[in-house]
Amino acid sequence: MAALKDIKLKIVGIKKTAQITQAMNMVAAAKLRGAQQRMEDFRPYAEKFSGVMAELAGAGINPDAFPLMAARPVKKVMLILVTSDRGLCGAFNSNLIRDTEKFLKAQQGEGREGCLACVGKKGNAFFKKSPVEILHSSVGIMDNIQMFNARQVGQEVINLFLEGKVDEVQLLYGRFINVAVQRPTMNRILPISTEGLEEGEGEKSEGPRATYTYEPDPEEILNNLLPMFVNVQIMHAMLETGASEQAARMTAMDNATRACKDMIADLTMVYNKARQSAITAELMDIVGGAEALK
Amino acid sequence: MANKILLEVVTPSRLLVSEEVELATAPGTDGVFGAMANHSPLLATLKIGEMHYLNEGNTVRIALSGGFCDVSNNRMTVLAESAELSTEIDVERALRAKERAERRLQEAEARKGDIDLARAQAAFVRALTRIHIAGH
Repeated sequence: MAALKDIKLKIVGIKKTAQITQAMNMVAAAKLRGAQQRMEDFRPYAEKFSGVMAELAGAGINPDAFPLMAARPVKKVMLILVTSDRGLCGAFNSNLIRDTEKFLKAQQGEGREGCLACVGKKGNAFFKKSPVEILHSSVGIMDNIQMFNARQVGQEVINLFLEGKVDEVQLLYGRFINVAVQRPTMNRILPISTEGLEEGEGEKSEGPRATYTYEPDPEEILNNLLPMFVNVQIMHAMLETGASEQAARMTAMDNATRACKDMIADLTMVYNKARQSAITAELMDIVGGAEALK
Repeated sequence: MANKILLEVVTPSRLLVSEEVELATAPGTDGVFGAMANHSPLLATLKIGEMHYLNEGNTVRIALSGGFCDVSNNRMTVLAESAELSTEIDVERALRAKERAERRLQEAEARKGDIDLARAQAAFVRALTRIHIAGH
């Protein structure tokens, strides 16, 4: 009889787990909608920004005149790793962390030093225990992503770059492709290159290319815009990661719920069989007892 | 329609304005400028301040905090770090922000921290602009 009770308890426990994962799935679905909305809201800004940058890049500027655009021999590379603050979202964060390790190893292979800036608790928690140097970390901001968070990170990174502490900055984040697919994606954000811009996603201006009036001169505008451009890219990465996190959690929780249901079905089968054999055994006892009395 | 220009005010969190207007002015770093229909192409950085636009006799005022502005193809795009319509401004919050900025300004002056000072000044100007714009 004890075995029967044990199985029953197990079934009850799994049912409760299923309830929780189901609820988490629904919460993630609701949050995903919000995160996607914010990504949509940010898109016009990012697109217009790229458009203007492309315009300026086409104005014939000399990249070496701008510290943020000037490439130099790379001795130390920094990777900004954007992960989520919370776990329980499948392999989402592990994928990002694995890519980070791969990247750091590759850099080492080329004789460069690698270091990290962590946005999001998960990446930070993982690499804190490793010997990798973490030059900046922002945690606990992924639930409510604001422009000033991105600006803070951007400012820090720009300072490190300008002080010559790092010679190149890459950005790794979980790109949101659709609800089922999130892909770790890496972009170089410093030094800023103009090549990517000209083919940029920004809308192409129709008609003949107009001669712009610049107020103040293009150099000064660019000096203003370049740091903002870094911030915009970081913001974009954070929003993408935020949406990806929710999508990954939805899938993970959906899988968990399904696994629970399977386990409950299996256990119910075991339970019924055990119950049936218990009843049979009892019947045999009674029949045996009655036979003996005859 | 011929005498209007399409004004778009975009911030990281939303598209604030997308409207055909008769006249729009913006606080450029080199001074306030206005744009009407078929303005020649212009790219300008903006400082913290007030922009407004005129459409069918109505003037709408917007508090801007820095950014830049692109005028081309009869379209004026303002990219601001943040922007608020005069009707949306929370005056009490702005007043509190002003007091906070004043306090920080004093602290920063006492310590002679350049970055802190610049930041406090910017916060102060932002708060003042918002109070000024909401006050009408």
